[in-house]
Amino acid sequence: MADLQTHAEEIHEQFSDHLDLTVEDVEERLASLVNEYSVPVDEARRSVVNSYLDEAGLERDEIGSGGAEQALVGDIDEDEQWVDLRVKVADLWDPNHDSIAQVGLLGDESGTIKFVSFSTSELEELEEGTSYALSNVVTDEYQGNYSVKLNRTTTITELDEEIEVGDDSDEVEGALVDIQSGSGLIKRCPEDDCTRVLQNGRCSEHGQVDGEFDLRIKAVLDDGDAVQEVIFNEEATAELTGIGLDEAKEMAQDALDTTVVGEEMADRIVGRYYRVRGPTLGRYVLADEFEELSGTDDTVDAESLLIRARSL
Amino acid sequence: MSQSVPSREVARRVFAAEYNDASYTFKESDDERAPLYLLLPTGERANRVFVVGTLTEKEDVGEDSEYWRGRIVDPTGTFFTYAGQYQPEAASALRELEPPAYVAVVGKPRTYETDDGSVNVSVRPESITTVGAATRDRWVAETAARTLDRIEAFDDEGNEYARMAREQYDLPVEEYRDAAVAALQSLDDADELEGEGEAPA
Repeated sequence: MADLQTHAEEIHEQFSDHLDLTVEDVEERLASLVNEYSVPVDEARRSVVNSYLDEAGLERDEIGSGGAEQALVGDIDEDEQWVDLRVKVADLWDPNHDSIAQVGLLGDESGTIKFVSFSTSELEELEEGTSYALSNVVTDEYQGNYSVKLNRTTTITELDEEIEVGDDSDEVEGALVDIQSGSGLIKRCPEDDCTRVLQNGRCSEHGQVDGEFDLRIKAVLDDGDAVQEVIFNEEATAELTGIGLDEAKEMAQDALDTTVVGEEMADRIVGRYYRVRGPTLGRYVLADEFEELSGTDDTVDAESLLIRARSL
Repeated sequence: MSQSVPSREVARRVFAAEYNDASYTFKESDDERAPLYLLLPTGERANRVFVVGTLTEKEDVGEDSEYWRGRIVDPTGTFFTYAGQYQPEAASALRELEPPAYVAVVGKPRTYETDDGSVNVSVRPESITTVGAATRDRWVAETAARTLDRIEAFDDEGNEYARMAREQYDLPVEEYRDAAVAALQSLDDADELEGEGEAPA
């Protein structure tokens, strides 16, 4: 029965702009053909679609073929749309529930999107790094973030070509006006899959542990109109501040205090301008790339500002 | 935005000439911890400022304990900043610094009424760091841009801080445009004399 409902949802989607239908209406007509008259599902679907085409006074080619349209992941901005994608599996995560077969990120030239496939759909498993044509996936929205759900009707075709995964990172710039607590030389919980930052040697999950040193900076960029929080990981922190992990550990040992590291780092970066690029995670932009901005450039060009001022 | 996590106040860019003309402060709620805003004459509220300029003088003006006063000069005037025991990092930065030096200050506006009834405005620093000439140049251009933004929006309908500025100050905003022009010209002149500003290390 799940099959019929999925078909009904697709047909409903095809005609929702043209006819006043409910998914239940469609499913009832399909069920009647399939269950009472023993019509194969595909034939029942064709028949139901034809009758709705008649009702709406439309030709078949005025309606999306399978209900799904070829789409780029970056263009997905509506809930419950049926789309076909050509994507590479950019990342696979551990499912946190038995009902989920696979969860991860799919990417194409426009960026990446989260996907979920459910155990009940009994689909073949996607492999990380492999490119696929996926037809009939459904878009989903949660708190403004879009994802796609693979389902029983989804067909998965492995592609010979490799799909390029595009950059969907954000770019922010401004004066670095503050670094937040938990920046500098920190210790993380060493337990498997736990990377929590320790507070006074304690992990909020695993209690007292022997932590592993790491470098991190949580900073605030401010352009005078808005603030944006930014995180620099170990590598980016070393590049930003010129202080690497070994030097940081030495500094902390000499001072018998880890906070000297964060203070020295703050001295070197607070009050300067930076442009930072990277993906957004919650409140933070993760700094994949960054550069210091100095002097005047296209963003703040003295010549054009003078012209602007004089025309006021 | 969740109500339980107050968003961080943005650091306004304002030249000393405008900053020192400000005097009116206000809160937008009765809550004791509500942010205190300084009303800028070009029509914006400022709970925090970001200033880059030349530290020209510093002096410990404290009696019982250290209380550092710094003069920070931009192309239009002088910011005064005071740091004592409750701003230990900024106070220690001022203690260590040798003027003249380019410094960046992030801080909160503070007003003080003198005996003759006039109001002095200063910056209570959250941080003071040394920067290079190129960072200072960028600040001048950026502050000019933000000042022009405010002047352009000054006559917009529904600009409540512009309306407030008219009521509280009645100062001609053209003065601040002229200050921005002068600041931008000072960048140009310096460029012609020295070429590109040196990049900080």
